Amino acid sequence: MSALHWVILSPFLFALIIPFLFKYVSKIHTGWFVWLLPTALFIYFMNWLPVISSGQVVETSVSWIPALGIEFTAYLDGLSMLFVLLITGIGSLVVLYSIFYLSKKERLGNFYVYLMLFMGAMLGVVLSDNLIVLYVFWEVTSMASALLISYWFHKDKSTKGAQKSMLITVAGGLAMLGGFVLLYQMTGTFSIRTIIENVDVVQASPLFVPAMLLVLLGAFTKSAQFPFHIWLPDAMEAPTPVSAYLHSATMVKAGIYLVARMTPVFGGSNVWFWTLSIVGLVTLLWGSISAVRQKDLKGILAFSTVSQLGLIMSLLGVGSAALTGGADDPIYSQAILVAVFHLFNHATFKGALFMAVGIIDHETGTRDIRKLGGLMTVMPITFTVSLIGLASMAGLPPFNGFLSKEKFFSAMLNVRNFEAFDVGSLGFLFPLIAWIASIFTFLYSLIMFFHTFRGKFEPSNYERKVHEAPIGMLISPIILVVLVIVFGLFPNLLSYSIIEPAKQAILPTVLPEGEQFVVDIKIWHGVNTELLMTLGVVLIASFLFYLMHRWMKLAIYNRERDPFNWFYDNALTGLTSGSQWITRLQMTGLLRDYFAYIFTFMLLLVGYTFWRFDAFAIDTANTSVIEPFMWILIPLLIGAIVTIPFLNHRITAVIVVGVIGFLLALLLIVFRAPDLALTKLLVETVTLVIFMLAFYHLPEMRKEKFTPRLNVANLLISIGVGVTMTLVALSSAALGNEAGFESISDYFLENAKELAGGYNVVNVILVDFRGLDTLLEVLVLAVAALGIVTLIKLRLKGGEDV
Amino acid sequence: MFKVLLMIALFFMSISLVISFMRTVKGPTMPDRIVALDAIGITLIGVIGILMILQETIAYAEVILVIGILAFIGTIALSKFIERGDIFDRD
Repeated sequence: MSALHWVILSPFLFALIIPFLFKYVSKIHTGWFVWLLPTALFIYFMNWLPVISSGQVVETSVSWIPALGIEFTAYLDGLSMLFVLLITGIGSLVVLYSIFYLSKKERLGNFYVYLMLFMGAMLGVVLSDNLIVLYVFWEVTSMASALLISYWFHKDKSTKGAQKSMLITVAGGLAMLGGFVLLYQMTGTFSIRTIIENVDVVQASPLFVPAMLLVLLGAFTKSAQFPFHIWLPDAMEAPTPVSAYLHSATMVKAGIYLVARMTPVFGGSNVWFWTLSIVGLVTLLWGSISAVRQKDLKGILAFSTVSQLGLIMSLLGVGSAALTGGADDPIYSQAILVAVFHLFNHATFKGALFMAVGIIDHETGTRDIRKLGGLMTVMPITFTVSLIGLASMAGLPPFNGFLSKEKFFSAMLNVRNFEAFDVGSLGFLFPLIAWIASIFTFLYSLIMFFHTFRGKFEPSNYERKVHEAPIGMLISPIILVVLVIVFGLFPNLLSYSIIEPAKQAILPTVLPEGEQFVVDIKIWHGVNTELLMTLGVVLIASFLFYLMHRWMKLAIYNRERDPFNWFYDNALTGLTSGSQWITRLQMTGLLRDYFAYIFTFMLLLVGYTFWRFDAFAIDTANTSVIEPFMWILIPLLIGAIVTIPFLNHRITAVIVVGVIGFLLALLLIVFRAPDLALTKLLVETVTLVIFMLAFYHLPEMRKEKFTPRLNVANLLISIGVGVTMTLVALSSAALGNEAGFESISDYFLENAKELAGGYNVVNVILVDFRGLDTLLEVLVLAVAALGIVTLIKLRLKGGEDV
Repeated sequence: MFKVLLMIALFFMSISLVISFMRTVKGPTMPDRIVALDAIGITLIGVIGILMILQETIAYAEVILVIGILAFIGTIALSKFIERGDIFDRD
């Protein structure tokens, strides 16, 4: 166990002591203790930054399940570095914010335990080199996310949202596990690094595409890609620190991380390029259009997150072109750079925006943009923070969102020049969709800004007196927007410290050993297509916002809920009612139906086996002579058996059963089995008497009389069972003859006297050769007798226990 | 010759079993059935006796005795049942 392992496990260990801190140190807000951990981890990882920036990696391994090739390998490279800094940095800010957001009356112990579980799992996801370990942490993030969404579990919407996110992300996670297992099938290892080294084996395998699609399914559900994005807006029922942390900055980027991590394995193929690009662009467009329709501030931010994640996803898809061999040309790998840069930017401004929205919610009691307005003068600091965040999200200079959007446009414009993947005439769609989506992004940013902070301030809309938030709540968003400005003005602070190593980690095989990608982010590129596109975005979106009072009345604007929820809701209720229907169909509660199923199944199974192996055979060798009187006795026996179903008098039926027993005893004598005959007679008589005893207790109403009903299905099944068993008996006799097996009974006949000192071979077998069976039969009788006594004597009343 | 005679005897006894069985099923009253069952038991004793002679063994002597006792007990039990609706008395 190296330090890195302890770092991953430290949030879990810390989670163990949080309840005690909450319970016994109740004077201090528990968050202050929790805050120390992510801050310490952030400082720890910052210390590694120079090492990682110089292109080195850290790798340590601990055996977990060596027999299955599962090693807990912690692996820190540029991509992991980017993520751990986001997780610990924003984690620290979020904890700080939550200290002021959640009052001490809440169940803080639970909150911070869940949050630490999540943080540890997220660190595990981004630092694991082993796929199975990654999957384990992945599922813990799903679980912790569901716990955090349902933090206010007395609210119906919270639990619904948690259930939805759990179902969707866990379904994706399971698909991903399937993909990992396929990768293991191909390469024989779970280590991502080893898989990347053997990438040619993977790409030559027929399992390549299934594995890729399964892994992508996991990534798409986690990162809320179309059409699995529906859980994210419902996850907004969580406390705002959770939304800021999980549902904008970290967890929803786990899918992005996975895609980036797997790019060297799957990248360069057609399917990967097109799936990622199309899904990403559709998510981008759909998320930005849906965000415009939202009336709830967190709803807008949720769909905005969906759309921005789609943007990053499409960039990863486009950037995978670098693996096709066009490495020399920087236009191919450009998109990866933008993806990493925007990933970072999005985490900063979206975190700040969520926190600002949380402040507004906290101070005004509402998040509805139809009620809010005129907060600019009332909450100046929140206003400033939001303005910067929104401007960055919309892509205005001089903030970092502007830089990543310009780069995004140029990456999309480059797609037209791709020679690989047969982009051809479809290439113009990439920048076009990106441009349209950016217009909507700008539009919802405008809506959010003007409907919250401008307009008239109506004190009657709010339940409490509205004022600026306490300074503690404002620290975290201020730090984040300061980062937005700093990285907007000096983007090259990041270039070679974080972005280049991350890009190197995503595309490890593109460049020759020791070379670096060129990262050049500038604010002013001169007048070019990208700048004109940005101007177009600003103008058209402003124009659309100006006309808002016209299209506001459209039905499509007034319906908030995403239409894809319809599929989810119907699938869920359909699944429940469908399985209930199937259960009701077969679980009738009637014993006769279950017998019918059992016998039908037996018939089909044995019948199929007969047909499949052509097993039917009849052989009359080794059969004995039939005496004349047997020609009467056997029909009599058969007749007696066949009579029983037609009798409509119970006592007659019992007497006929007795007759059958006597006739069977007679048969045993004909076949020279005196002991059996004796036992048979005794048992038969006792059974007869017991039947009679049972009749005494039958209820009055149906006493004595019953009419057997004819049921064709039952008739067919019983005839089928009889015929089948007869055929089995005949065939096994014939096949036994054919195989020429000899009986082992000669041994008993010869040795009964000599070894056991008895003449009665049956009895010698029962008590000597095979005495153990007899012992257990005696036990069976004893248990039956005890059972009967218990049934008769033990009369418990309700509530009594044995 | 002797064996043929025994066979003929077995044949007729089987027919008598068939006839007794028909009475068991047809009834019409419960005592008819019980008496028929009793008759089946006694006929079985005869059948088993002849089988013993045929198979030249005395292994079934106990069976004959047991059938004698059981036929008696069975008849008593059934008779008591239709007489009182119960087999064992409770005091």
